[in-house]
Amino acid sequence: MDFDWSDRAEQLRSEVRAFLDEHLTPELEERMYRSGVAHDDDFARALGARHWIAPEVPRAGFTPLDAEEVHVVTAELTRADAPMYATSTSAMVAKVIRSVGPEWMRDEVVPGVHAGEVTIALGMTEPEAGSDVAAVQTRARRVAGGWCVDGQKMFTTNGHITDHVFLLARTDPASERHRGLTTFLVPTDHPGFEAQAVFTLSGERTNIIFLDGLVLDDRWRISEPGEGWRSLMLALQDEHSAPFSPHLDRTLAAVEEWADTTDRHGVRAIDDVDVRRRLASVATSLEVAELLEARTTWLEHLGRVPVAEGPMSKLFSTEAVVHGAEELCSVVGADSLRSRLEPTSVVEGKVEHLLRFSLGTTIYAGTSEIQRNIIAQHRCGLPR
Amino acid sequence: MVDLGLTEEQAALVDSFGALLSKSSSPERVRAAEPEGFDPDLWRTLNDTGVVVMALPEADGGWGAQLLDLALVAEQLGRSMAAAPVIEAQVAARLLARSGGAPEAVAAVVEGRSLTTLAVHPARGGVCDLVPGGAVCDHLVALVDDELRLVALDADCRAPVANLGGAPLADVRVVGGQVLARGASARALFEAALDEWLVLTAAAVVAMAEAALELACTYAVERHAFGAAIGSFQGVAHPLADDATAIDGARLLVRKAAWTLQHRGARSRELAAMAFAFASESAAATTYDAVHVHGGYGFMLEYDVQLLYRRARGWPRVWGDVSRANDRVAQARYGRRSAAASAGGA
Repeated sequence: MDFDWSDRAEQLRSEVRAFLDEHLTPELEERMYRSGVAHDDDFARALGARHWIAPEVPRAGFTPLDAEEVHVVTAELTRADAPMYATSTSAMVAKVIRSVGPEWMRDEVVPGVHAGEVTIALGMTEPEAGSDVAAVQTRARRVAGGWCVDGQKMFTTNGHITDHVFLLARTDPASERHRGLTTFLVPTDHPGFEAQAVFTLSGERTNIIFLDGLVLDDRWRISEPGEGWRSLMLALQDEHSAPFSPHLDRTLAAVEEWADTTDRHGVRAIDDVDVRRRLASVATSLEVAELLEARTTWLEHLGRVPVAEGPMSKLFSTEAVVHGAEELCSVVGADSLRSRLEPTSVVEGKVEHLLRFSLGTTIYAGTSEIQRNIIAQHRCGLPR
Repeated sequence: MVDLGLTEEQAALVDSFGALLSKSSSPERVRAAEPEGFDPDLWRTLNDTGVVVMALPEADGGWGAQLLDLALVAEQLGRSMAAAPVIEAQVAARLLARSGGAPEAVAAVVEGRSLTTLAVHPARGGVCDLVPGGAVCDHLVALVDDELRLVALDADCRAPVANLGGAPLADVRVVGGQVLARGASARALFEAALDEWLVLTAAAVVAMAEAALELACTYAVERHAFGAAIGSFQGVAHPLADDATAIDGARLLVRKAAWTLQHRGARSRELAAMAFAFASESAAATTYDAVHVHGGYGFMLEYDVQLLYRRARGWPRVWGDVSRANDRVAQARYGRRSAAASAGGA
C-alpha cells in the first residue's frame, strides 16, 4: 500500500497554488460572492491555457493528466473555492460530445470548452424531475430542418451567462422513462430561451430556464434521437468523483488558526477541552473523507468503475462537510453567526458560509438518499 | 503514488489467518470460551502458527512483520472474535524487544513459553485497571511511576473482571518486577506501544463491524415483512449504507495509520488515535443497527450479532472512548494544553 500521491501530482499541487495566487484575487472572490455567480471569463481562459479544463483529455502540446493528477488539481482548486463550476459542467458535456456528438461539435465546441472560451450549463433537472431524471417532460418535436422545444428546466446554474445549455428532452411523444430521450446543445441566444434567476441558501444564483417554442436546427442535436439517456449516463458518471472534502479542509484550517490565536476569558480557545475534541473529531472525518475520495480516484486510475465507491465518497464527504460546519459553528460560538464580508465577522465569516453552502452539496449531483440507495444495492447486496 | 491494494503476500496472509480462524474461532468456540474470554486451544494454535513471533524484528528471532501486516491479521482476529489476547501479546513483545532490557523475556515469547500482555493504563496506586489479557497472562509490561516494568503475574496479584466484551480482563496489583526503562524513555516506549495497540485494536473492531454488517444484510435479504424483504425498505437499508460507508472509511484510516507508523511518519500518533476513535464510533453504530435489523431476534443471546455488539464496545473501551481518543488526536495536532487552561479547568 501507499498513501502518498505521486511526485508529479504533488508538483502539480504547487503549480495550482502558484496559479491561484496570481489569478484568484480578493477582488474576484468578493465579486463572485456578492453576485452569486461563481464564474469569471478571464479565470476560465487562464485555466484553459494551463490545460486544466478536462486535463485528462489528450490534445496537441500537452501530456494528459492521469486520474491521480486530475484529482489533486481539482482538489486544490476546490480548496481555494476557485470558480470552476461552469468550466466543469462544460467539460462534462464536452465529454458527451466527444463520445456521441457530431463531428462539427467535436471540432468547434470541444476545443472551445477546453480553452475556457465556450461554456455550457446543464439542463436536465425539471420542476417535476429531480433525482428521477428519466421523468423529464420537456418536449422537442420535429419541424422542418430541426426541432421545436417547449418546457422548463430547473437549477441550470450559470445558464444565464453560458453560451449553451445541455438539454435533455423527450423527442418521442409516445415514449416513457429512459426511452425516447435525446440530448441537444441549446445556444442561449436563440429566441424562445429565457433564464430566470433563482437565489439559493448558499448565496449562489441558479436559474429556471423557460424554453418556449425554441426552434433548433438539427445540427445542435448531440445524441442520436432516442439515445439521450445513454449519453447522459456518461456525463453523470463523472459527477460522482468530484472531491468535496477540500471545502472542509479550508474551513477547518481557518478555524484552527483562529483557535490558536484567540483568547477567551484568559484562555486560548485551542486550550479549551471542548474546542479540542470538536476540532479533533472534524479533522478525523476530514481524513476519512479524503481517503474515500482517494479510493475512488485509485479505482479510476486502475480503470475500474467505482459503482458503490463513488457514491460512498460523495455521501460521506458531503455529509462530513455539513456536520463539520455545524461543529465549527459550535467551536467559534455566537460570533460564527457574523456573515461573510460583514466588517465584524470572525474567521472571515467562512463558517456560516460553509454551513449554508454545504447543504447544497448533499443535494446536487445525486442526493444523499440516492447515494444510499446505490450503496445499499451494490455494497450491501440489498434488494431494490 | 496512491495504491490501496494489498500485495500478493498480504492477501495470502489474510487468507491463511482467515481460514485458520474460521475453523478454530467459530462462533460456537467463542461462546464456549465465555465468560472468561480465553480459549487455550486457540491460543496454542495461533502461537504455533507464529502469530506473536511474526511481530518481532528478525534480529530478535522474529519474522519482522510490519505493523500493516499485523493490522491485517488483527482484522481477521476481530472478525472471528478470537478469544485470545493476541494483539496485546504482539504489542508487548515488540515493546520488550524495543526496550532492549529483557532478552530472556523476548526469548520466552519467541519460544512460546510466555504469554505477556500490556497494561494500557499506567498503574495508579500500584494497580493497573482492566488489563486486557490480564486474567490469563503470566507476564505484564506496565508503566509504574515512570518506570516501565516487566512483572510476573500469579493468582494473588490479579482480580479477574467479568465484563461486557467477554474479554479476559483483570485488575492487576503490580509488585516488583524487572525495570526495563526509566523516566522519559519509559514513557516514550509506553506511548509508542500504545499507538500500536490503538491501531491494531481499531483494525479488529472495524472487522467486527464488517461482520455485523454482513449478518444484518444477510438477514435483511432473507426476512420478509409486509410482503417484501425488509432490506428493500429504505428505513432498514439506509442506515446499513451509512454503516458500510463508515466501515470502508475506517478500514482505510486504520491501514493508513498502520502504514504511517511503520514508516515513522510525522502524523503517526495523531492518525493512530484518529483510527481508534473512528473505528470505535463506526463499530458501535454498525453493531447497534445490526441488532436492530434483527428485531427481537437481535436481542436474543442465541443470535451471533450480540457477540459482536458487546465486543465492538468492550475491546476498545478498555482504554477509552471516543472523547479520550480525540484528546490524544488534539494533543498530537495542537500540543499539550497550557498549564493555565488545565488549572482553570477550561
